Amino acid sequence: MWRVAFAELRKLRRPTLLLGTMGAVIFFSSLFSSLLFILIDSPQGNSERGRMVGRQVLSMSSGAVQGFSSVGGFLGIIALCVFAAQTAQEYTYGTLRNLLVRQSGRLRILFGKFVAMKLFALAMIVVSAIVSISASVILAPGAKVPTNLWFGADGRHAIFTTFINVVISVIGFGTIGMVLGLLLRSPISAISLGVLWLLIVENLLVAVKSSLESWLPGAQLRIIASGGARTGLVPGITYSHALVVGGIYVSVGAAIASFLFVRRDVAN
Amino acid sequence: MSHMSNTAISVSDLSKKYGERNALSHATFEVPLGTVCGFVGPNGSGKTTTMRMLLGLISPTGGTGEILGHSIKHPEKYLPRVGAMIEGPAFYPALSGRENLNYLATLGGFSTDKVQGLLEQVGLGERAKSKYKTYSLGMKQRLGIAAALLPNPQLLMLDEPTNGLDPEGIQEVRDLLRTLANNGTSVFVSSHLLSELEIISDYLVMLRKGEVVFTGKIQDLLHAQQPLIIAKSENENDLTKIVEIARSAGHHAVIRDGAAHIEGPKDWAVTLNKAAFDAGITLSQLSPQLPNLEETFFEMTGDK
Repeated sequence: MWRVAFAELRKLRRPTLLLGTMGAVIFFSSLFSSLLFILIDSPQGNSERGRMVGRQVLSMSSGAVQGFSSVGGFLGIIALCVFAAQTAQEYTYGTLRNLLVRQSGRLRILFGKFVAMKLFALAMIVVSAIVSISASVILAPGAKVPTNLWFGADGRHAIFTTFINVVISVIGFGTIGMVLGLLLRSPISAISLGVLWLLIVENLLVAVKSSLESWLPGAQLRIIASGGARTGLVPGITYSHALVVGGIYVSVGAAIASFLFVRRDVAN
Repeated sequence: MSHMSNTAISVSDLSKKYGERNALSHATFEVPLGTVCGFVGPNGSGKTTTMRMLLGLISPTGGTGEILGHSIKHPEKYLPRVGAMIEGPAFYPALSGRENLNYLATLGGFSTDKVQGLLEQVGLGERAKSKYKTYSLGMKQRLGIAAALLPNPQLLMLDEPTNGLDPEGIQEVRDLLRTLANNGTSVFVSSHLLSELEIISDYLVMLRKGEVVFTGKIQDLLHAQQPLIIAKSENENDLTKIVEIARSAGHHAVIRDGAAHIEGPKDWAVTLNKAAFDAGITLSQLSPQLPNLEETFFEMTGDK
């Protein structure tokens, strides 16, 4: 498994993919965090879906990571795209047969790729945390937000827990991407379906029937990233509920995709 | 299951069905260790399907097989000693030739130190840093062969390795395969260039519509064929008359590539020469010969 992971990291560290992804991460992390402070007095809100995050919230010990937790869902979409593309392209390039000739343990290939992509996602999250916290620190004085509680014991705890929550959420999104890549065997189809579902279909469903937010996979993963805070229309979706429901989606999807990957003929 | 086998490949009743279609039907053959074995058959005859099953990429619907003494149900036991390129080369377009081989070397647990040597061996040393997507078809093919050589294979399985290569490249591949075989590597190679296979192969497995129609030494196959008499006339219209003369004497004859191909012993060439002279036909060529692999292939597969 580790050989597969190390080999996969050779592929993931190529400049186009690495710099392109990190560029997107830096852009969206700084954008989400900046808007929190720049639009702090805007009546249209300064967070996702027009939510207002005021000075009182931002000056709390968790203030430094408000932007980071908001960008968590978006990092998840990026992870979904990377995981889906890296998995499905083995079919479209025909390289899966090379992999299986050099490493016949199919589950080993799957886990090795997963480990490598998790490390890639982790690097992405670290960069995002640094950028969004730095942006918050830089912009807070201008928005008249006190930062004296941000890096105390409670502040450091908030940074740590938010980091863990974003990691869980992003890995969840990435796993869904990998599952779609394995099932659809085409990067374009896997990414299109994943992004379409998470960004459009789920939002439409929630707009029609708000209680569905408690049961949709993307919503659960976004709620995990924000630590169980209310993000949408349904109040009171707890962190543990999101963790259980999101975990079931991810586990069932991963189990089905792994089973098919192990059993399916490689005919292209 | 014996681990000290004298065969590189041994399959028995191996079958693969896709729905109602038999891609391979009860194939039984053996490839001795240390030989170059040609694997021939028309398009769709089941060659690639067979190779895929031997490499553990697809599961057979029936029968058994062994590679280097291990069942094909356990590819992990023999694949570390097998090099393969099937259905053409397939690599990551954004990585260079060297990065692609480094990737596979890391995956297979081989040293990446040998990668540059392999690239030079297949003539890609100077383009090692170029991205795969910039390679010509011939260069891609060479990279595929280099990848197949990564594990110092005991068995090399190549599917159409000379596709896209220029005559010089074909000659190089031929020499490479011969050298590998001389050093004890067993080679199982499919190609539509039958004249090439005839030169390099000791052994042959021939498929037609998913069934094995011949397996054995290539010389045994050729010597078992009816000798041919090739006759050409000064006037091409006389070829039909030559065929009629042959058929009336009970010999099978066809016109192919501007010559009459007549099955019959070489002594009969004298009789034909006299009969043609009596019929007012001037022959420009009359040569008895054994059929080559290409002619035998067409004869056995009914492709021409």
